[in-house]
Amino acid sequence: MAEIYAAALINGLLIGGVYALVALGLTLIYGVLHIVNFAHGSLLMVAMFAAWLMAEKAGVHPYAALPVVALAMFALGWLLYRYVIGRVSRGEDRAILLATLGVAVVLDNVFLTLFGGDTRQIESDLTFAVIEAGPLLLSVPKVIAFAVSLLLAGALWAFMALTDTGRAIRAVAKEPEGARLMGIRPERIFALAYGIGIGCLGAAGCLLLPSFFVSPHVGNVFVLVAFTIVVLGGMGSFPGAVVGGLLIGVTESLGGLWLGESLGPIGISLVFIAVLLFRPTGLFGAAR
Amino acid sequence: MRHTRLTRRSTLAAAATLAMPSIARAQAAPIKLGLIHPVTGALAGAGGRCRLGGQLAIADINAAGGIKSMGGAKIEALLGDAQGRPEIATQLVDQMAEAGAAGFTGCFASNLGLAATQAAAKYGIPFAIDSGIADAITTRGLKNTFRFFPNNTTATTDAMAALDAINKKAGSPAKTAVIVHEDSEFGTNSVKLQAAKLPLIGIEVKALLPHATPTRDFTNIVLRIKAEKPDIVLISNYENEYVLLARTLVQQRVELMSTYSISGGGFNLKFAKEAPQVAENMIDFNHWHNPKDPRATAFRKRVEDSGQFYSWELPFGYFAVKLLADAWERAGSADKEKAIAALNASTFSDHFMPYGPTKFTDGQNSGAHPVALQIQQGDMHVIWPDSFADVAAVFPRPKA
Repeated sequence: MAEIYAAALINGLLIGGVYALVALGLTLIYGVLHIVNFAHGSLLMVAMFAAWLMAEKAGVHPYAALPVVALAMFALGWLLYRYVIGRVSRGEDRAILLATLGVAVVLDNVFLTLFGGDTRQIESDLTFAVIEAGPLLLSVPKVIAFAVSLLLAGALWAFMALTDTGRAIRAVAKEPEGARLMGIRPERIFALAYGIGIGCLGAAGCLLLPSFFVSPHVGNVFVLVAFTIVVLGGMGSFPGAVVGGLLIGVTESLGGLWLGESLGPIGISLVFIAVLLFRPTGLFGAAR
Repeated sequence: MRHTRLTRRSTLAAAATLAMPSIARAQAAPIKLGLIHPVTGALAGAGGRCRLGGQLAIADINAAGGIKSMGGAKIEALLGDAQGRPEIATQLVDQMAEAGAAGFTGCFASNLGLAATQAAAKYGIPFAIDSGIADAITTRGLKNTFRFFPNNTTATTDAMAALDAINKKAGSPAKTAVIVHEDSEFGTNSVKLQAAKLPLIGIEVKALLPHATPTRDFTNIVLRIKAEKPDIVLISNYENEYVLLARTLVQQRVELMSTYSISGGGFNLKFAKEAPQVAENMIDFNHWHNPKDPRATAFRKRVEDSGQFYSWELPFGYFAVKLLADAWERAGSADKEKAIAALNASTFSDHFMPYGPTKFTDGQNSGAHPVALQIQQGDMHVIWPDSFADVAAVFPRPKA
């Protein structure tokens, strides 16, 4: 039995790494820019389909496709904000919310028309590769996703903290008028930040595909948990997204073991409520 | 006089002009057939394939000269998207009845079929169910509803008989099972029937492992399975969770004689192609055509050559339409009462399903049965019953 608990704990950490990946882009978009991005799940689906198409049609492994898909998703995110979300919303929060919802509906239905509602997957040698840790068999694709999510979180944190663009993003999020007076053009910064957030989804899609499936509805599987992680970890905090992801992953895994896989997911809600009761700004959120 | 003569000529010409199209219309008046399926939303893939099957049947019937006893009347499709919502399926029935539909086929999902057949019953219009397995579709006393295909009770009873036969043929090596099921009505009801029947065929149920939909990771469940060391794992869940569970079983190197699912959500040719290592030798009890009938092979090739993915929904959609057309042909009329009488008397046998001629009892074809399927060498094969099996079962499967 101890083996099963150890395995559940480690597996929870690994799946938490995958959740963190999806949450990283969202913590920038939702946490820093305060855009409630309803299109997040749909854009993850687009990234996963892009990775699946490259694997299926061109034989490119999703890991090799990662830079291309991430860049393409950055471009898509930038264009979406610049020419759709930004223009439709005219800076109004409520309108942004509706605009992202509209984008989600359009993307879901376009992909449903193009690919049908079926579940698709890829199988490669790596799919079944495991690291044997005593009696435990750790899935290599999940270990890779876990490691990359940590690296990506570090890189994003460094980008936001140490570069002028990162500072500009934070400045625009905090005080758009002040930033404008300092020569920063908020619309450009918003589009750039949205593009970076969606670019992260490009990476997440490529890292998820080897151990998951893709369908036009796959985004729904992750999007709610990603919003939970962002709020739990602290809005806009990259370390918070990682720690929140791991916490949710472990809670879900151990909750499933103790309470059964049907009742287990309530553990996520309990941890979420408990953290917000005692730290309303989230684990790594700055005090207001 | 001239004026009179001219008037008479004009009148005759006008009468002829008016009469001819009306005669032509009478000869070729199309029969309107409503096809109601979910072609957007979560059920779009399978729903779309049911619709495509129906459209292929209509094309074939029309190309072969239409309904001959009605002067070669062609069938005209009225297409409706139920979007996976019963209230929309009901609205479509009303709209199509208003547009003159003489019959309906549909609706892929049981909840849509339940709603649509009831709506069609108000008008007394015949409804041929394609997919939709719930017993209640034909047990509510609706006189207009006919199902050529098996219902849930038949599927579950046959599934246990098939498992028993496959196990006994191999010398009864399987003695224990774990059942993994999704925790909504579908999985919970299926598992109750399975858990009650497995001991009767000499298989002890060691654990029932429910899970939510969606479940994003199956490692914990697979570790529980590993701890129970069952001979077989029975699976009752939907497509996404089916493929994740199947993959995790292989990844975690669980030694099983086989997996066995009933209407396995993800068990199809696409799964066999995209995940060949995982899918190999998995067994599912499901609908399929008679692989020994060359017409079935030709139909599958026709679908695949058109770039479509072949699944059992295609012949289901196809033969739901053919069943109705056969009734119109024998009735010599698209009159709804005559068509319903013809359906009740139906002995439709011009098909390639593993059923034999139809025999309707309260709208349910009592000769309809699913079959046991196994993926072998990346293709779908029937392994039970012996009369339709095209290969021998690989059971227990070879150890990795």
